[in-house]
Amino acid sequence: MPRNGLFIEYDYCTGCHACEVACKQEHNFSDGMCGIRVDELVTVSPDKVHVDFIPITTRFCDLCAKRTGKGELPACVKHCQAICMMYGPVDKLVKEMEKKPRSSIFAPK
Amino acid sequence: MAKGKESKVISTMWSAGCGSHGGCGCEIYVEDGKVVRVEGDNNHPFNLGRLCPKGLAIPQYMYHPDRVTHPLKRVGKRGEGKWERITWDEALDTIEKKFKDIREKHGAESVIFCQGTGRDIGGPITFLMYAYGSPNWVQVGLAGHACYTPRLGAMFATQGAYCVADCSQFLEKRYDSPEWTPPKYIILWAQNPAAGCHDGFYGHWIIDCMRRGSKLIVIDPRSTWFTSRAEVHLQNRPGTDGIIALAMLNVIINEGIYDKEFVEKWCYGFDELKERVQEYTPEKAEEISWVPADLIREAARLYAKNKPSAIQWGEPVDAMPAGSVVAQAINHLWAITGNIDNPGGNVIARNSHGVTTYPFSSAELTKLYGEELVKKLNEKRIGANDYPMIKGFRGWVQPDILIEQMETGKPYEVKAAWIQTSNIIGGQAADPRRHYEAMKKLDFVVVVDLFQNPTSMALADIFLPAATFCEKESFRSWWQPLGVTVKAIDGVDESRSDWEINLEMAKRLATNPIKYNTVRELIDDRLKDGNTNFEKLKAKGCWEYPPEGHPTRPYYRYQKGLLRGDGQPGFDTPSGKVELYSTRYEGWGLDPLPYYEEPRESPVATPDLCKKYPLILTTGRRSPVFFHSEHRMIPWLRELDPDPEFEINDKTAGELDVSNGEWVYIENARGKIKMKAKVTPTAHPMVITAPHGWWLPETDGKEPNLYGTWDYNINNLTSMGNQGKSGFGGTDYRSALCRITKIKD
Repeated sequence: MPRNGLFIEYDYCTGCHACEVACKQEHNFSDGMCGIRVDELVTVSPDKVHVDFIPITTRFCDLCAKRTGKGELPACVKHCQAICMMYGPVDKLVKEMEKKPRSSIFAPK
Repeated sequence: MAKGKESKVISTMWSAGCGSHGGCGCEIYVEDGKVVRVEGDNNHPFNLGRLCPKGLAIPQYMYHPDRVTHPLKRVGKRGEGKWERITWDEALDTIEKKFKDIREKHGAESVIFCQGTGRDIGGPITFLMYAYGSPNWVQVGLAGHACYTPRLGAMFATQGAYCVADCSQFLEKRYDSPEWTPPKYIILWAQNPAAGCHDGFYGHWIIDCMRRGSKLIVIDPRSTWFTSRAEVHLQNRPGTDGIIALAMLNVIINEGIYDKEFVEKWCYGFDELKERVQEYTPEKAEEISWVPADLIREAARLYAKNKPSAIQWGEPVDAMPAGSVVAQAINHLWAITGNIDNPGGNVIARNSHGVTTYPFSSAELTKLYGEELVKKLNEKRIGANDYPMIKGFRGWVQPDILIEQMETGKPYEVKAAWIQTSNIIGGQAADPRRHYEAMKKLDFVVVVDLFQNPTSMALADIFLPAATFCEKESFRSWWQPLGVTVKAIDGVDESRSDWEINLEMAKRLATNPIKYNTVRELIDDRLKDGNTNFEKLKAKGCWEYPPEGHPTRPYYRYQKGLLRGDGQPGFDTPSGKVELYSTRYEGWGLDPLPYYEEPRESPVATPDLCKKYPLILTTGRRSPVFFHSEHRMIPWLRELDPDPEFEINDKTAGELDVSNGEWVYIENARGKIKMKAKVTPTAHPMVITAPHGWWLPETDGKEPNLYGTWDYNINNLTSMGNQGKSGFGGTDYRSALCRITKIKD
């Protein structure tokens, strides 16, 4: 069985929080619990202030086993408003990563 | 339905129950009569399967323990927080009797109908109001009506039509439509599209366009995700956007990089505009706006020389001094570059199929309710006779004049209010204390909503429980496609939809019999303009675009004679052209050409005051997880944005000895509130940015606390009564002065 993961082209993540709430809804998580978190990164170059966001999976991410078992996308991937997330076998995601800068792969389980 | 089995209902949201202005397609999953999950509908062209945090949190919103799901009457004094559950019959009988008594003794005009901007409110509230006979439809508290109406008015005056950035939303195949092309540049003017769906526009369409090659020019006092990705960021002083637009016009005209053919053929008053903008050089704009002249030149050149390009703008434009004038200047940018109704430009936006769900303009009101009624309503509509633009463009009351009239009782007294979808004092009101005092004097107040809030707690005599979009039937045509909301379950407990409530009230109060027995009959009657009905649309997956050649479908309709009543080519303006010199503004007693007006309170206008209050305060910063003053009680959302937090520059904070995360006072001569400091280099050293609409539903709702509205609502630092000459704009929501002080225990 190949390991599955999430490919995130974080350059396009706008920090809208849809993935986090989609995750909470899917798993009906209580306060404080979630499978994905979005962090804000503020960096300063001599002429500009940059704002980026990066989603990070947590220990509670099960890659939406119930959904993916039925052939559906994980809730975060489906609802990502910037369409910057992808789900699939890690080796395929790595090929995607070769084409796309400022991206990451998470293999939470 | 078998027990434990999940079923799926496809529907279209409008403001999700819950707010925001998107028209997202969704799948509502129901189990044992309960909504268990809401997801985006992959087949809906508006959101293409996605959904925002507010939409995704709907189950928690619907079944929240604090949701009001039965009619209530107040049994203690106003503000004491004592309520008693009553039946719908008792609630409606009470309202009917009160409203009829008031109409008989004081006239229908003494009842005001107050909406906010949530749910599908515009249709139901006007329906009820006109049935009752009042002309007074208003967003109470929204000083200068500073949200979209100034821009709509400016666009109506200039080209007789509203325009929006073309992200292919008017075509069913969306980004794959062969006739569409992405804008080469998108100017994001005073808006953060990632934080919501503004005015029928799905914010993330901008990201979709960026993926397809669109580049950005961003005008924003803050550094944001978008400015980080922009080719040009004009980081301006809040409130000075008007002079930037004028200077860009100056560059484009003087360098001859405008669309000469379009201007020659389709524009009126170019020479006058050319003469007017001469004084607004980029150097002058730099002095006023802080934006380097060369950067303004670069933005103007990139926009003008790369056709098609589009402008997407936000509410701060309305809240400028003379909001309708700033909007006019920005409109002229797309006009003189010929970026009107072209693929990838600013496309003309009309209600899908010509169906009216929310009557924006006087013209739509006339269509629905007849010329006689509209004429009659204008006689007593508050503010209509003070402001010809208010009279001539839209059926609203002027909100600042309303409060003055409530205080003086002249020319007539206001006796009662029907408040639906509006948290006036905890939300949009500028100077909420003054609104609170004025409204406290009313004899009778009805609130229709889903949760108690500072306004309902302070004012309501009767509270009617409204439904979310999962619990109701409705319809939407803002802008495209035409859609219907399908009921997935009956109203939670005794909740009813805004349309149901208002139709029932209208039947009881109407002076002429209402021809509809049910909401469905009303919807089907309105959908006749689209040659369809509720069931047909539902069967199609809840949405439909108008057919090829329909006047509500792009492009280049001015060439095809699809914009004017007489079927001739051109625009629906008195001259038949895009009016750079506005004869409508002239007719309303306004300057026909755009000009710059300095904010009433600023380092330039009031340098002495600036010594005491050295920071510029801009309010209304959007959160992606809240819609205005809604959602603070929804755990999934509140967890992501837990505290009222303002942004302050790191160096400025250092000078003031303010640390990140520290609670401080923000104050000026009008008020003082508490917020938490987010210390960040994204803020300009002289500007602090605060979110609006904060109250704490977890704290005491009774007077005097009223859920903390006096302690956390930034609007306590704003004022009313400064509306622009047109009656629109001119507020200080986006540009006032303030200072930060430490909280000492």
